[in-house]
Amino acid sequence: MSDDLRSAVAAGVLGAETNYRELLQSIVAVARAIFRAKASSIFLLDEESDELVFEAVAGEGSESLVGRRFPSSTGIAGFVLVSRQPLVIEDVLEDPRFSRETAESTGFVPKGLMAVPLLHEELALGVLEVLDRPSEARFTLEEMDLLGLFAGQAAIALDLLQRARRAQATLDDRGELAVLARVAQKLEQRRDEAGAALALLSALERVLE
Amino acid sequence: MTEEPLPAWSLSTEGIERIALPEAWPGEVTREWAWGGATGAGVRVCILDSGVETTHPLVGEVQQSVAISIEGDEVGVEEHDTAGDLCGHGTACAGIVRALAPESELASVRVLGAGFTGSGQVLLEGLRWAVEQGYDVINMSLSTTKQKFASLLHQLADSAYFRRTMLVASAHNMPVESYPWRFSSVISVGSHDRPDPFSYFYNPTPPVEFFARGVDVEVAWTGGGRLVCTGNSFATPHIAGIAALMLSKHRELTPFQLKSLLYLTASNVGGGA
Repeated sequence: MSDDLRSAVAAGVLGAETNYRELLQSIVAVARAIFRAKASSIFLLDEESDELVFEAVAGEGSESLVGRRFPSSTGIAGFVLVSRQPLVIEDVLEDPRFSRETAESTGFVPKGLMAVPLLHEELALGVLEVLDRPSEARFTLEEMDLLGLFAGQAAIALDLLQRARRAQATLDDRGELAVLARVAQKLEQRRDEAGAALALLSALERVLE
Repeated sequence: MTEEPLPAWSLSTEGIERIALPEAWPGEVTREWAWGGATGAGVRVCILDSGVETTHPLVGEVQQSVAISIEGDEVGVEEHDTAGDLCGHGTACAGIVRALAPESELASVRVLGAGFTGSGQVLLEGLRWAVEQGYDVINMSLSTTKQKFASLLHQLADSAYFRRTMLVASAHNMPVESYPWRFSSVISVGSHDRPDPFSYFYNPTPPVEFFARGVDVEVAWTGGGRLVCTGNSFATPHIAGIAALMLSKHRELTPFQLKSLLYLTASNVGGGA
């Protein structure tokens, strides 16, 4: 990576992860509100550990769940991820195993849930879940489509978040250049007063040529 | 048949005698002709999924439970899998087929549970194994988005089609390319929102070819439970079950004829709305 590119990446990356996390949080908050649900979560697939990680949570469990992990191919979320198929459970007629497992992982027992895979190009990045819609409202195919639209948005946000993390990791790996990233961030924050610093950096650049 | 097979690319006058169909196609195809009185007896249906809970009362007897895994380059086939259902989904699909075709023989091929990494490969190997077993119908409520598996899945789907194995696969309702449901040698299924399990529609604008019941479906789940679920993956076993009925009454049907029969008896064609 050239220094110019690295500097540009540094300026772009710093703060980006926070922004994309806020975007994910906003998506689960809106999904929860639109479906009038008790909670909504986005899980990110961590390919290295082969686990699903709570990346954003709105509603019940939002305090404690972010960062929690579980195996990537079991349970409802795991099935949705592996099968690439959305799944809606509207009503629990008889106590099946799934509600106990979900209760253990989220701290409350949902009566129903909607889960949709987050797909970007050919990758499955994670899963979006919406828990406990009002029980009097029957599920419709229009809501399935709406869930798919949210999933499209969430998949793009997850993809951006992962790109930001990868770029950050690349910068972190080159410790001696991390200072460039920090300088770029400070210049970005104090754009009005950056003139002298930029002149100094340009001079430094000429010296290094 | 002891005769030499006909060449694949030509048909002589003498050969016309040899391809006479064992049963005349009626002037008007009705649902009564297609599956009236049928129970699915003698038809082997494979549920390629998360496993099946064999003790569930809505599922009944499961003839065989197999699990597929990948260790390095080795494909593992556990022919006496005792893990049951790791999600509940396979049990749901099996229960739907059982409800529609009560005397069909069910087999479970589990392709879930080995982790996400490598799951595309497990899916592919599971399908390969199921096709080799010569099941009459394979219910597949799964797909992969990985491009590198597309051509191999395509070959497997075509191979199934020519070996008289009907692959019934869930369509995807999201704007991504996924397989194998998009291939024309499989029956792809989406959802309609009517409550009748025998109501199904032909779609004149594919790739999704049929719509079956997929909204508010009461299904079997793990732990002997029952849930009300929605999704194309529940529409798919409805078509698999109806296909099993048709095959139990007309054993000679090829996948092409079976698909034609589904078309002719669809609720928006000849089967009544």
